Amino acid sequence: MTTANQTAIERYRNNFLREVEANVEEGHMVKMCMQCGVCAGSCPLGPAWQHSPQKIFMMIRAGKRDEVLGSDSMFMCTSCYNCMVRCPRQLPITHIMHGLANYAHRLGLAPKGQPTRDFATLFWNNLIKKGRVNELTLTLRHYFRGGLVAGIKEALSMQSIGLGLLLAKRLNPMEIFGGHGVKDLKGFHAIIAKAKEIEDRKKGFSA
Amino acid sequence: MAKKEYAFYPGCSSQLKASASNYLVSTNSMCQALDIKLTEIPDWNCCGASIGYCEGGELPRVAINARNFAQAETHLPGQDIVATCAACWLGARESKERLDASAQLMKETNEALAAAGLHYKGEVEVRHMVEVLIEDFGYEGLKAPMKKSLEGLKIAGYVGCQTNRPFGIAGESFENPLYLDKMVETLGGEALTKYEQKVTCCGGALAFSEPEKSQKQIRDIVESAYDHGAEMIVTPCPLCQANVEVYQSEINKKQGTKFNMPVVYYSQLMTVAYGGSAKDAALDGQLIRTEKLEKIAGK
Repeated sequence: MTTANQTAIERYRNNFLREVEANVEEGHMVKMCMQCGVCAGSCPLGPAWQHSPQKIFMMIRAGKRDEVLGSDSMFMCTSCYNCMVRCPRQLPITHIMHGLANYAHRLGLAPKGQPTRDFATLFWNNLIKKGRVNELTLTLRHYFRGGLVAGIKEALSMQSIGLGLLLAKRLNPMEIFGGHGVKDLKGFHAIIAKAKEIEDRKKGFSA
Repeated sequence: MAKKEYAFYPGCSSQLKASASNYLVSTNSMCQALDIKLTEIPDWNCCGASIGYCEGGELPRVAINARNFAQAETHLPGQDIVATCAACWLGARESKERLDASAQLMKETNEALAAAGLHYKGEVEVRHMVEVLIEDFGYEGLKAPMKKSLEGLKIAGYVGCQTNRPFGIAGESFENPLYLDKMVETLGGEALTKYEQKVTCCGGALAFSEPEKSQKQIRDIVESAYDHGAEMIVTPCPLCQANVEVYQSEINKKQGTKFNMPVVYYSQLMTVAYGGSAKDAALDGQLIRTEKLEKIAGK
């Protein structure tokens, strides 16, 4: 990770905008922002952000690499697409936020222990394991992320909900033994591996 | 032969005994009444959902969606892909549009698919079940199989985010989409058209990772339904349904509210209006039971 980060720093020197354009999903659209602030006012998590999308876009242009890639802001995105449909310049803001989060995460610069960063990672790893999300193991792994004691406490506090879902036939305890999945798992994994290989090569993550 | 046939993409939550199994059961009942034949895309996989962004990059996400497309194209040629889950629809349609727009992405995606011996030609259409109902059947067409009216039920139409933005239903506005209200009215129910939280975000996946922030959203959504005299909320999205229903008890515990607002799917309302039993509509799949709807179903 550090190597990819060092390479990127050396390669783009004082031009963070160019780095974002080259390596971040939809990053080429960042320069279209005219700083109107509609995104900032449209975000349901607005009050929780360290920096609004508007600020993030200006910070990218100002070359504030460490601040942007270390910001918790992108992880506040609920993917509601409000900012995106309202943007008068039609920037795909939601996608840029996801792209920035992914880039910061891959470089190892995203805030450590940020709960949505951790959950998002858990989610992806859960779904690629069997090709379909295992809701039970995803939930349990999330509850036990902080260790056994914290996990038991959190699981107990949610036990009435769990029992309700069980009775409503919306939770299957047998999923703990593997559960739903695709049949051609080998093929599914081969597709992901190949896609990752191509993308990593393009974005400078492969050695 | 059925009136319409589609390649069905149920998604991870709409499997039996998963969190939206009530959506799956009621969708099947609704489709039977409308003479729709749904055939599952063989060996379909997860769409990656929005929250997959952090660890999964763009190409892996597009590639896994393209795997479903290739399967549908090969095994169910000519049939539109229909998703019931908002996130599945969004993930798949976003991937489709990106593939349509970029020959480079298409080339790389097919390179990835080739690792499993698959190829995507670029011919699928990706639609949401609500689009199918409105565009292929129309409100009048949806009335045809009706056996009962939902008369007297006050229903808040909670559209949420991802069935509304960024694609939405053609002809509807992002700020005040009317289709869910129109569907309720079609079934004889009373749509609470002034319900102002209809496109508010429930917090999505942050319900897990940042529960306080998400529960603030959910509180607004439920409270407003009460303010407008709603007897239940209806939604087209499985994450909206689960979040808004399941966390009411948590909010009650933490904030001293007394929420007990049923949250149902449009497919459950339709199944009941089409004469289905409570079981056909999977009303036993609610955490907060909807007695009024169960009563109509039992008539």
